[in-house]
Amino acid sequence: MTLRPLSAATTATTANGKVRPLYIVSALVENKPGVLFRVTNLFRARNFNIESITVGSTEQADLSRMTITAKSDEKTLDQLVKQLRKLIDVVEVKVLDTGNTVYRELALIKMKADDPTTRMEITNFAAIFRANILDIGKETIIVELTGTPDKIDAFKNLVDHYGITQLARTGVSALPRGVEV
Amino acid sequence: MVEMTGAKALIYALEKEDVDVVFGLPGGANLPIYDALVDATSLRHILVRHEQSAAHMADGYARIKRKAGVCFATSGPGATNLVTGIATAYADSSPIIAVTGQVQLAMIGKDAFQETDIIGVANPCTKYAFQPRAASEIPETVKKSFYIAESGRPGPVLIDIPKDVQQENADMKFPELIKVRGYNPVVDADLSQIGKAVEILLKAERPIIMAGGGIILSGAFSELQALSELLMIPVVTTFKGKGAFPENHPLAVGPIGMHGHAEANKIILEADCIVAVGARFSDRSVGRFDEFGKGMNIIHMDVDPAEIGKNKSVDVAVIGDVKSSLRTLVKMLPRKIAKKDADNPWLKRRKELIDYYGEALKDYSRELTAKKALRKLREILPANAIATTEVGQCQMWTSLHFDVISPGTFFSSTGLGTMGFGFPASIGAKAARPEVPVVDIAGDGSFNMTENSLAVSVLDNLPVIVFLMNNYMLGMVAQWQRTFYNRRYMGVHQNKCPDYTKIAEAYGAQGIKVQSSQELENAIKSALKADVATVIDIPIDPEEDVYPFVAPGTGLKDMITGA
Repeated sequence: MTLRPLSAATTATTANGKVRPLYIVSALVENKPGVLFRVTNLFRARNFNIESITVGSTEQADLSRMTITAKSDEKTLDQLVKQLRKLIDVVEVKVLDTGNTVYRELALIKMKADDPTTRMEITNFAAIFRANILDIGKETIIVELTGTPDKIDAFKNLVDHYGITQLARTGVSALPRGVEV
Repeated sequence: MVEMTGAKALIYALEKEDVDVVFGLPGGANLPIYDALVDATSLRHILVRHEQSAAHMADGYARIKRKAGVCFATSGPGATNLVTGIATAYADSSPIIAVTGQVQLAMIGKDAFQETDIIGVANPCTKYAFQPRAASEIPETVKKSFYIAESGRPGPVLIDIPKDVQQENADMKFPELIKVRGYNPVVDADLSQIGKAVEILLKAERPIIMAGGGIILSGAFSELQALSELLMIPVVTTFKGKGAFPENHPLAVGPIGMHGHAEANKIILEADCIVAVGARFSDRSVGRFDEFGKGMNIIHMDVDPAEIGKNKSVDVAVIGDVKSSLRTLVKMLPRKIAKKDADNPWLKRRKELIDYYGEALKDYSRELTAKKALRKLREILPANAIATTEVGQCQMWTSLHFDVISPGTFFSSTGLGTMGFGFPASIGAKAARPEVPVVDIAGDGSFNMTENSLAVSVLDNLPVIVFLMNNYMLGMVAQWQRTFYNRRYMGVHQNKCPDYTKIAEAYGAQGIKVQSSQELENAIKSALKADVATVIDIPIDPEEDVYPFVAPGTGLKDMITGA
C-alpha cells in the first residue's frame, strides 16, 4: 500500500527543505489504565512529534481506538508504526489510506463579538461552513465546527481578525470506508 | 483451584516456571513475599547488599542460563535501586523478572512512605510492567511475564505487587498456557525474503557476516558456523556479539566498532555484501549511520521488526528468530556450491589484514600491560570458562585482547554500558553454572561501585574471579580527556584508594596483588583452585590507552590505530 498523506495543504516543510506530509495512524489498544501513558511515553522517548491524538471507546468494550496524526517522512512513520506495534497493549496498528478514509475533527472557537455587525458576519460565515452557534453573549460568540483539519484551519483564518479568545480542537477521528479485510 | 495468599501464589508460580534462585532484598512492602519464601521448596534466595546488584545478578544468570532471572525488591527506594539493572537488561535484551513490593492499594497516589510510581519509572526500560490489583491475578501475571520476557526479542518485565494484594487470600488457578492478544512475536521468517538473501549472497564476491547479540540470545552458534563455513564467509561480530563465533576460528576477524579489532573495522569496509544477523547497527559498532555500508548490499536478519530500517536502510530484511532463519537459509543454498578455496583473493585479504595489524599494533614495553595480562588470562583459563566485564577501558581491552573460544561464554553490559555491572553479573552467572570458572574482567572504577557483592559471593558460596586491571583511574574518561581535552584531567583520579586486596580480605575473600607476569600466572592458578572469590589486583599504567579507536561521530574508516 502506498501511504497517502492527509492532504497537500497540511504538510510541513522542514528547515532543510524536506516535505513532511500529515499521516493518520489508527491503533486498536487494550482498554485499561496506563495504555495512553505507554503510547505517549513512547513518542517522547523516541522523539516522535505528533500533531494530535484522540482516544475513545469502540464497538468492543475491551478495546479503545487511538487516532494519531503526525507530520512525518516515510522512514519516521515506519518506525512510529513498528514501535507502536511492539507495545504489548497495542493490538493493531494501521496507517490509513486517506483516499479511502473518512476523518473528522471538531473545534470550538470563541471569538470577540461585541457589536451586532460582527455577530451577523460570524453567523453568516458559520452557516456557510455548516458550523453551529453554541453561545452568544454581549461580548463573545462560540462556534462549533466539524470537518477535516483543513476546513477548520480555513474557518480559523477567516475569523482570525475578529479576535479568537479561546480555541479547542479535538484532534482527528478516522475510520476506513467500506468493509475492512 | 486452591486457596492461598497472593504472596504464596507468587512463589508457587515462580517454582512452576522452574526458577531455582532469586536475588533480592526485603523491606516493608514485600514482607509477605519473604514470609512465603520461608516455605518455598525449590527456590533459593540470595540476599544482596544493594538492589542494583540483584538486578545485575538476575541478568548475568539469565544470559548464561538462557532463561529469565528473577530479582526481588521492596517498594520506593528498593524498586528505584533496581532500575539501573533493569535498564541494563533492557538495553541488552536480557530477560529478567523484577518483582517489587508496593504500598497498599488504598495508599497508592497518597505519597505514602516508600511509595514510588515504579510502573511509570520502569516503563521506558521494560518490555512490560504489571501491577496486579487482586491476588487472583498473580498466577496469570507471572505466566505472562515469563512468556513476554523470554520470547521474541527478550527483555525485562516488572511485576509490582501492592502489599495487601500479597496478603489477600484467593482461589488460585495456575494456567499452563497463556495468550497475550497484542503480543505475537515472529518466529519463522518469510521464505521469499530468505530466497532473496540467498540470491544476493551467491552473487557476492566479498561477503561478510556481522554477527550480533541475537546469535547468542537464540543460541544460533552452529547455524552461524554452518553458513560461514559453507560459503567461506569471514565473520566479524559486534561487541555484543563477541563470542557468537569462536574467535580462534580460521574465518573469524573479531569485533568491529569504536574499539573493535583494526582488521575487522577495515575488512567490513571492503566487503560488497554484509549479512547482519541479530545486530542492530548501533553507533558504537558502525560509527556513522550515513557512511556505513554505502554501496554494499545489506541483508538484515533480526527477530524485532522495529530494528529493520531503524538505524540503517537495508536491501533484504529477514524477520524472525535468527536460529530458525539461518537454518532455513543454509538449507536453501544450492547443493553444490563452488567451494571457495582458502587462497581466493577475499580470504587472502582477511589474512593479510590480520597479519598487517598484528605487526603494526605494538604493545607498551612494560612487563604488565592490559594486553599481556589478558593474553595470560586466556592462556590459563579453560575454554569453557565464563567471562564478563565491567565498563570502560577494561571492557574494551577485553574486546581486543581476550579471545572467546567457546560460543556463548562471554557477555558484558554493551548497550547501556553500566559500570558496576560485571561483578554482580558474574555472581549471577556462577549461580547459573556453578561448575565452570567465572571471571569478571574489571577496572577499579567499576568494581568500586558494586564491590559489596563480595559478601554475596562469599556467604552464598559463589566464588568468582575479579581480574582487576587497576590504574586507580577512571581510565576511559581519562583517555578521552587526554585525547580530546588536551590532557585537562578532571574527576578521574582514584588516588590509590582503596586497597582492593584488603577490601577482599575484609569480606573473607582472597586478595592477591601481583607485580610480574609470573605472579599473575600464579594468582590466576590460585584463584581457579580457591573456594572463595579472588580479587587479583593488577597494576596498569594510568597512561595506557585503548587502541585502535574510532572517535565518536566519525566513521570506521577514520579509525586511529595509535601505531
